[in-house]
Amino acid sequence: MDILSPIKDHHSERRLFMGRVILASSAGFLLLAVVIARLVQLQVFDYEFFAAQSQGNRFRIEPVPPIRGLVFDRKGRVLAENLPAYQLELIPEQVDDLDDTLQRLAALALIDAEDIARLKDLSESGPRFKPVTLKLRLSEEEIANFAIQRPRFPGVDFQPRLIRHYPYGEAVAHAVGYVGALSKNDLTRLDASQYAGTAHTGKTGVESRFELNLHGDVGYHNVVTNALGRQIPAESPEMLDSLPSDVTPVPGDNVYLTIDLDLQQVATRALEGRRGAVVAIDPWSGDILALVSAPTFDPNLFAVGMTQSEYGELQNNLNRPLFNRAIRGEYPPGSTIKPMLSIAALETGATNLTRKTMCRGYFTLPNSTHRYRDWKPEGHGEVDLHEAISQSCDVYFYEISVDVGIDNMHDYLDRFGLGHVTGVDIGGENSGLLPSREWKRNYFREPADQRWFHGETVIASIGQGYMLATPLQLASAVAAVATRGSRFKPHLVAATENTLTGKRELINPQRVDEIVLSDDRHWDSVIDAMHEVMHGLRGTARAASLNAEYEMAGKSGTAQVFSVAQEDEYDEDQIEEKLRDHALFVAFAPLDAPRIAVAVIVENGSSGSRVAAPIARQVMDQYLGYGADASQ
Amino acid sequence: MRVSNTRRVLIGKAAPFGDIGRVFRRLNIDMPLLVGLLMICALGLVILYSAVGESMRLWLNQLARLGVALTALFIVAQFPPDFLRRWTPWAYMGGLVLLVLVLTTGEIGQGARRWLDLGIRFQPSEIMKLAVPMMGAWYLHDRQMPPRAGQLLILAVMIIVPTLLIARQPDLGTALLIAASGVIVIILAGLPIRLMIGLAVLSVPGAFVLWRFMADYQKQRVLTLLDPDSDPLGAGYNIIQSKIAIGSGGLFGKGWTNGSQAQLEYLPERDTDFIFAVMGEELGLLGLLSLLCLYMFVVGRGLYIAIQAPDSYSRLLAGSISLTFFVYVFVNTAMVTGIIPVVGVPLPLVSFGGTSMVTLMAGFGILMSIHSHRKLLPR
Repeated sequence: MDILSPIKDHHSERRLFMGRVILASSAGFLLLAVVIARLVQLQVFDYEFFAAQSQGNRFRIEPVPPIRGLVFDRKGRVLAENLPAYQLELIPEQVDDLDDTLQRLAALALIDAEDIARLKDLSESGPRFKPVTLKLRLSEEEIANFAIQRPRFPGVDFQPRLIRHYPYGEAVAHAVGYVGALSKNDLTRLDASQYAGTAHTGKTGVESRFELNLHGDVGYHNVVTNALGRQIPAESPEMLDSLPSDVTPVPGDNVYLTIDLDLQQVATRALEGRRGAVVAIDPWSGDILALVSAPTFDPNLFAVGMTQSEYGELQNNLNRPLFNRAIRGEYPPGSTIKPMLSIAALETGATNLTRKTMCRGYFTLPNSTHRYRDWKPEGHGEVDLHEAISQSCDVYFYEISVDVGIDNMHDYLDRFGLGHVTGVDIGGENSGLLPSREWKRNYFREPADQRWFHGETVIASIGQGYMLATPLQLASAVAAVATRGSRFKPHLVAATENTLTGKRELINPQRVDEIVLSDDRHWDSVIDAMHEVMHGLRGTARAASLNAEYEMAGKSGTAQVFSVAQEDEYDEDQIEEKLRDHALFVAFAPLDAPRIAVAVIVENGSSGSRVAAPIARQVMDQYLGYGADASQ
Repeated sequence: MRVSNTRRVLIGKAAPFGDIGRVFRRLNIDMPLLVGLLMICALGLVILYSAVGESMRLWLNQLARLGVALTALFIVAQFPPDFLRRWTPWAYMGGLVLLVLVLTTGEIGQGARRWLDLGIRFQPSEIMKLAVPMMGAWYLHDRQMPPRAGQLLILAVMIIVPTLLIARQPDLGTALLIAASGVIVIILAGLPIRLMIGLAVLSVPGAFVLWRFMADYQKQRVLTLLDPDSDPLGAGYNIIQSKIAIGSGGLFGKGWTNGSQAQLEYLPERDTDFIFAVMGEELGLLGLLSLLCLYMFVVGRGLYIAIQAPDSYSRLLAGSISLTFFVYVFVNTAMVTGIIPVVGVPLPLVSFGGTSMVTLMAGFGILMSIHSHRKLLPR
């Protein structure tokens, strides 16, 4: 076998190749003839038939957007509505000089100069007969201004439409959320055909999570178009008869929230000028009565549309107004976890109601010289559990923490809902962090870092170290104390209402795993101590209960943002604001039949009892009918 | 002294386009082929402007892609065929490695793994469109033709391996076209006519085997072809609307940018796979025939270059590239007119989209290289 034949017969190969090319060309011409014959058949012989078919395609179906459902608070006040507004539109094919037109509109301050490039791109990317929105909402003044100039702007006009409006914008921004312009990204998760006529969609909060309820179903409207797809009036009544019937859009459901606008406003005012959050819950249903994060923002800006710089300002603001601290902010809970921790200590037998500890102002572990300090340098003297809670003695908890152990601590706090998401019906909440040996093993890569130290258990007992919780989690946890173990999933939506039939669909409170204790007196003793915090002679937050017409239970917390060296004193006046301690407070009221549970956090507020507790008091006063308005 | 000799030959022969022709000749560009290609592209750009809804942005986008593709043509034309031949096995092996990579780590888009991201995102199957015929021609280069049975078996393996890898992505359309480019090399090399007829007969049971391997959507396309009206709003919609568009265009068309089927978006994928229908509607039968003539001119020029080529490698490769180009044209036009099932093959050089255009132009670059370097090679 001579696979590599040394002598190639070039001449015969050439002839062979030539033959093959002729063969292939003939086959090619045959195939081409088939295509051409087909074209002749379609375009010459069947022309009449297809021309008639294409005429039938002259009716176009245009989507009609549904009216978005309204959002109400628990007392029926409108939190989100739809208002008629005029928007400025440009039809590219009717504009002679696009650049010049946009420049002149900018000169009239009808559009922003920095948006020109974006609007130009937008005008050039779609079909030339399709209107492009230049500005979503024109003020009365702008309408008047443009009306005079209108002859100078062929192809530019204003059109009426409905836009979302939030009458109490800033006070409910983080609970209700906002709608913004529909993006390509949104269309990947939404049913694109339903949004054929819609320009906006919910972006955060209830507006986003209940998008499917609020949006409604798109309708269709048949229009007669000319050969280029532009709408023309129907030439004759018969023409209208031949159209397929229109489909009316189905308006979206109204949504009723559990929040109380008054509480939202009180909490928003109380947090003004600060960074922080307030969450109030009805402990017996999980209804969220207030959900406030400060600083806040005006959600109407998103509905109307912002210029690049306005949006940049919101995004880059160091105080992060768009950040929902109430459900996303993760803070060391500080002493606010002591009531829950006391339950853990009592249940595991690490302490009992009579055990006493001598507090000298610091604690040391055996075989160690490191001093874990109490917030009170001179110490609390001899304290039992009751006094340890009411006076917030850290040393008592340091001491019992080693007996409870970090894993028990984790398991009990976990039952109060810390360390995992609460499942609230608006998305985006964070889970906080509840440390345990297992967590540390999984979290760190280096074996040296994976070991759990006793010292870490000690600081965990006062809610410091790795431990983190969201304000929503703290409110939910203190609500479980108020109900003595009954727990409900926190939620913001109470009902949805079909706008056409008026039929309401109530969303029932959802129970979650109840906390059952071996001895119910453990609840009594902890609640008793929390009562003492508010009303006792040496209670840390007694100032916050002054002149109250009802009794309440609470616990303050002050969480370190950075650690002070062993021998240094903490002097808040000398410390930069951002490094000051976070102020926390949890409470519920009235004592005997709790109706509201509150968690307050003020970032860098220095003192839980002095800064956070009065805010909680205002919220509880308002809800229980002793608000500032009521006393007048 | 061969170089000066060559130069004398080139200058001595009167260049058909005068001075400009001489410049292009120096740059290894074949004027008739380039003019044919540019005319197709120009007609394509005209109809594309209408098909993308008169969007200047998308149109300029395509113009930029054409620029890239022509640059690729120009660069490839500078490599002599000998150089290409030496590197052929490496290109082929590299392509295979990338195909395996794409199956294991590629990015998923529209239900298929076709893209690979190595700094730039691309489809390795594009490399194979050229590498497979190159490999076939490389293998046959030194061998006496027609090939013998054992050699045919080796060639078959060379074609089947990449075809199966691409079919696995799954991208059946491209896989079949790549297989076709390889088969064309074998046919041009002198595959016995008896064997061709035998294979054609065997393809009937082969079709049944293929049917078993096809995904549901692919089966649906074949069924739809047999009876498009059975599912007018589903799978048959494309073919029905496309036939209405072409048929209603008549002899002279409805006028540029005036096609109601295309402009009112009844016609799906009007700027990509179904752009031939847009042209049929707006420019009529005369427009379509002009385009087909241009295509035939380019294929004809390609075959002429193949016949003139001095060695087996160049001959087979040039022939395969030209005829594969014809296959693309046929598959797309036959698909759009409802002769064969919808296989998702764009109309070459006209449809919106960049990657396949660069590969096509690179292929024509090879043709130009083969033609312009032929006198430098020993006969």
